[in-house]
Amino acid sequence: MAPSIVTGPLLQVKDLYTQFDTPKGIARAVDGVSFSLERGKTLGIVGESGSGKSVLSRTIIDILAKDGSVLYDGEIIFEGRDLRALNEREMREIRGREIAMVFQDPMSSLNPVKKIGKQITEVLTKRMGMSSHLAKVRAAELINSVGIPDAEQQLGRYPMHLSGGMRQRIAIAIAIACEPKLLIADEPTTALDVTIQAQILDLLKELQNKHDMSVMLITHNLGIVSGYTDDVAVMYAGKIVEKCSTDELISNPIMPYTEALMNSAPSLADAPHTRLQAIPGLPPNLLNLPEGCSFQSRCNYKEEKCSSYAPDLTTIKNPDHKFACWYPLNFSGTREPLNNA
Amino acid sequence: MPDDQMLNSEPLLEVNGVTVEYNMQGARFDAISDINLSIEKGETLGLVGESGCGKSTMGRAIIQLPSPTFGSVKFLGKEITGLSHNEMRPIRKSMQIIFQDPISSLNPRRRVRNIVAEPLVISGIKKKDEIDHKVREALNAVGMDPDIAMDRRPHEFSGGQCQRICIARALILEPDLVICDEPVSALDVSVQAQILNLLEDMKERYGLTLLFISHDLAVVKNVSDRVAVMYLGKVCELAQSEQLYKAPAHPYTAGLIATIPEVGDKGATKSLALKGEIPSPLNPPSGCRFRNRCPIAQDKCTTDEPILNEIVSGHQVACHFPLIEQ
Repeated sequence: MAPSIVTGPLLQVKDLYTQFDTPKGIARAVDGVSFSLERGKTLGIVGESGSGKSVLSRTIIDILAKDGSVLYDGEIIFEGRDLRALNEREMREIRGREIAMVFQDPMSSLNPVKKIGKQITEVLTKRMGMSSHLAKVRAAELINSVGIPDAEQQLGRYPMHLSGGMRQRIAIAIAIACEPKLLIADEPTTALDVTIQAQILDLLKELQNKHDMSVMLITHNLGIVSGYTDDVAVMYAGKIVEKCSTDELISNPIMPYTEALMNSAPSLADAPHTRLQAIPGLPPNLLNLPEGCSFQSRCNYKEEKCSSYAPDLTTIKNPDHKFACWYPLNFSGTREPLNNA
Repeated sequence: MPDDQMLNSEPLLEVNGVTVEYNMQGARFDAISDINLSIEKGETLGLVGESGCGKSTMGRAIIQLPSPTFGSVKFLGKEITGLSHNEMRPIRKSMQIIFQDPISSLNPRRRVRNIVAEPLVISGIKKKDEIDHKVREALNAVGMDPDIAMDRRPHEFSGGQCQRICIARALILEPDLVICDEPVSALDVSVQAQILNLLEDMKERYGLTLLFISHDLAVVKNVSDRVAVMYLGKVCELAQSEQLYKAPAHPYTAGLIATIPEVGDKGATKSLALKGEIPSPLNPPSGCRFRNRCPIAQDKCTTDEPILNEIVSGHQVACHFPLIEQ
């Protein structure tokens, strides 16, 4: 077990690549991603389907196919240790215990033919070495702590007896059973109603504060990012294209893609029948990324340079606000070409 | 809204006292009960609510799949409940439906040309040229290049493109009413905007009337002229969309609006956020169905069921203690 004296960020991802070797070629799902996550903080990862956000999280806890079809490069430093260099046994000690994950669909992430109690106590007896009696007591406590009434009774029920929101609460109870230092929540509320979504996100926040966890919250919804994260990374076609504090991103997006994403969502503030500013076209094919910037074909501000040179993650005035664009939207809302080719 | 139609007071669709009963494990319950709605020609009526509130059942009851257990559905002035399968067939031409998951609603083994042409074939059009011409026109209308798309199969397209194909198929018979059941819920936000804009364009081009079913209040506001909010099988509020979002009268509507995460929001629970979950329709609460989640429920709510009542012109609410002045 890693000593708790290790300082610095809890998680540091350095120049990470995850590629799938498919019959049609190499799919560059995560394409050179770097970021770090401080203890107790929440990092939002935003992007459309296919942007690589889920592959990134699955790479971190190493649950992608192990048949050699997935290629990796880069480092994932968790509490001073590089997870990519660990063997499967060492990784198993970390997965679930130090880093836990909550998935999008609570029906398919729970075992449908096992009682809920069993699914929670299993974690406690196998991973924490608890006696089965103690595990039962603890399981009831956990169910209670995720806001489900009649905890004792719930232990004897099956997932099918519960609503989607309740199932997701159980999935969260299992995830926090070992008091992980990092919780990765991959679209935890996408399958849920908006009222239940708010309850689950509030619950995650509460548990995070109580256990001083770091959370990686993966979502496509900028509204959720705005309310529940400290920092945010916007992903597009396998790359982080903008990264800064959440407040900064909301008030001052620099990337044309981030701006387009914000504008395309219907807002409650707009009158009915307001024409939405849709982003034209589709995200690029990861098997065949274009030369230069991968957003160029959908960008309102495209210039010649964008189709020949891929922009790196860089900063201008604010050193904490990174972006990958040749022609960023500047602070007054107009563009200034940069000479950092 | 088309003003020439306004003089003609007959609504395109009139739903009166519609109840749909289902059987579950021997117990009968109402998926929707005693619903009254009307949709004017050229109007978009939004239908919102949580999963299990009966909004999809409502959409299906209108197209008689299945027919409602009680009540009447009048389409273009004609009663359509109780029609036989054969009598219903010509009417189906003028009502179409678009589903949530565009990929599973397209047959993966057929080519786009045949998928989009199917309604024409069923309606008895046999001429190859005519079918070909109409399919091209429909695909063009939804922003797809017929030369590229026609001979491909659904798996070669993204979710957004599949939804365009579904829309082309729904529009090829030039229906009067299109029921959109969560048409953008499975799509990414950037694609969602494309499809919402497309639906607005199609509405204009084909003079459509839409029933737009969604759980997403921001999406519903964007497309709807009027919005009906459903809770546990009943309509609890109905108003012009602007009015509904500006001054919701039902605590449930207010709670729904308050829970939407919007860009610029700063975290956690707002005072109106809803607690708990929608109860089972097998055993709805006595009195007001919303009372056990309602922040302002009183004794009266346990005993008396509030009925849908017009409190301001065009604004109906089923609540004993509506949030706006009467």
